[in-house]
Amino acid sequence: MASKVIHAIYNDDDILMNAVKAVRNEHYHIEEVYTPFPVHGLDKAMGLAGTRIAITSFMYGLVGLSVAIIMMNFIMIQDWPQNIGGKPSFSYIENMPAFVPIMFEMTVFFAAHLMVITFYMRSKLWPFKKAENPDPRTTDDHFLMAIDAGSHDVEKISKFLKETGAIEISLIENEDDH
Amino acid sequence: MYTLPKKLKLFAIAFMVVGAIGMIAGFLSAPKTTAEVKEMMASHHGDGHGETVEDVSHSDSHGEVNEDAHGGEEAHYEHVLHQMQNRPWSALYIASFFFFMIALGTLAFYAIQYAAQAGWSPVLFRVMEGITAYLPVASVIIFVLLLLSAFHVNHIFHWMDPELVNPESEHYDKLIAGKSGFLNVPFFLIRAAIFLLGWNLYRWISRKNSIADDTAEDNRYFKKNFKASAGFLVFFIVTESMMSWDWIMSFDPHWFSTLFGWYVFAGMMVSAITVIAMVTIYLKSQGYLEHVNDSHIHDLAKFMFGFSIFWTYLWFSQFMLIWYANIPEEVTYFVTRIEDYNLPFFGMLAMNFIFPVLLLMNSDYKRVNWFVIMTGIVILAGHYIDVFNMVMPATVGTSWYIGIPEIGSLLFFFGLFVLVVFTALTKAPLLAKRNPFIKESKHFHY
Repeated sequence: MASKVIHAIYNDDDILMNAVKAVRNEHYHIEEVYTPFPVHGLDKAMGLAGTRIAITSFMYGLVGLSVAIIMMNFIMIQDWPQNIGGKPSFSYIENMPAFVPIMFEMTVFFAAHLMVITFYMRSKLWPFKKAENPDPRTTDDHFLMAIDAGSHDVEKISKFLKETGAIEISLIENEDDH
Repeated sequence: MYTLPKKLKLFAIAFMVVGAIGMIAGFLSAPKTTAEVKEMMASHHGDGHGETVEDVSHSDSHGEVNEDAHGGEEAHYEHVLHQMQNRPWSALYIASFFFFMIALGTLAFYAIQYAAQAGWSPVLFRVMEGITAYLPVASVIIFVLLLLSAFHVNHIFHWMDPELVNPESEHYDKLIAGKSGFLNVPFFLIRAAIFLLGWNLYRWISRKNSIADDTAEDNRYFKKNFKASAGFLVFFIVTESMMSWDWIMSFDPHWFSTLFGWYVFAGMMVSAITVIAMVTIYLKSQGYLEHVNDSHIHDLAKFMFGFSIFWTYLWFSQFMLIWYANIPEEVTYFVTRIEDYNLPFFGMLAMNFIFPVLLLMNSDYKRVNWFVIMTGIVILAGHYIDVFNMVMPATVGTSWYIGIPEIGSLLFFFGLFVLVVFTALTKAPLLAKRNPFIKESKHFHY
């Protein structure tokens, strides 16, 4: 099914922010906003839900901590409790200070790497991925707001977007599958 | 302008009175002769408690701080007598040092904010200045306590005993004598005077400039304060480190640690920032700080969180290096603490690390005032125990207990601190008017 999307291009992040607020006030649906750099407060203006990536990171950290504890406990205490330089290998707690650097690093390692991988997966980023950029200028100095035209009057929307400060407005008919 | 509520004043004075009674009771109940010690140990009463007595009874075997021991029963009782006599003095010293370090840490934090030209904190400057108003008072108290020790009114600083450095004496201690070039009473007092004068001088200058800035025509006073802060921070990091050797590490004159100064500094900073946050939240709740918002509290809570971890990092670095190498001359410090102070030693780790890390990790929680206050109370109690752990094992050894002398001193200094700080807050408007960053700070938003 062909869907119609209106691309409005702005050349200032402040104007973009006001435009986003105005568009939301008019209850038009913003499909996506493309910007060359992070615009502070844009996610709030668009009404996007907060990220939960910090929570995943905390849980990955706990996994890393558990891995370190289980690993060191098995190797140093259970499997082969050797006397190495007089360190007390009788129980985990007795020799724990020696394991803390490993526990710490494993926590950080798991928290950091798994969080980054989670980010790649959730934002669908990988090498050889085809770039989804509607206009190359949005990676340099232009901002693009994509609005779902739906059953709205295109003329009316265009006029409204012009008023919000858009420098270019185009109607895109894409035959995509989503 | 802030006006001191009558209730708060009464509250502070009540704490001081109750605390003073506790302190006096502590001094009166300390034994004067070995006969009294025997009686106390036999009857298992008072705030000495059975646990302590039992510990004492088998502490003969490891009398490493026991300079007076020539073996035998009588020497043991004398040793315990000295410990018990030190207890009210140590309790007094710990509480006065604890509140002193809050004021000093706040001063250092204030100087950092100035020198770093922080844009978020100027609305809190008057709160910080109010807290540092306790510094002159605390300095006098600390200096008097050091003088009392120097004149042998008490014996909490073991190395001050002239017998120890006298080669003729039977108590001659070669290690302490070897350190007497640094650890001697006149030099010790001169150093203390220099530290205290330097800190108080900066506090006086910065406060004066800050007030003068309110009515100034240009940024002259801000620039003066900027330079004074930068200079103070250099002076502070040197003197703070030496202060920690003098006033805390010298309780264990046989022991030394390189990162001790930073360790004390970290504890000082986290307690100070916690107190800044708590006073700010209190004043805000009374409707005084109109420009302080959740983001300011959030930033302070982040500092509490960060410095708690920094403190733990230094605590662990010190502990782990000594534990790992296990060199007898260094490790006794931790052996006595783990054997005789097990609960406070590891308990403070939970209070100063695990508790703040878990509670202040969430960004939303850092904006919830009662959460910050609750975590703050635990952090402050934890750092009181930290100072307790640094001082008590060297002065009272196994005869410790958190009882009337300790709590009395703590209440007294808490009352004094509240009285001085909140009186100082009434002396100037709670918003620094012309600070170049005040506008940014008012609109600070995270």
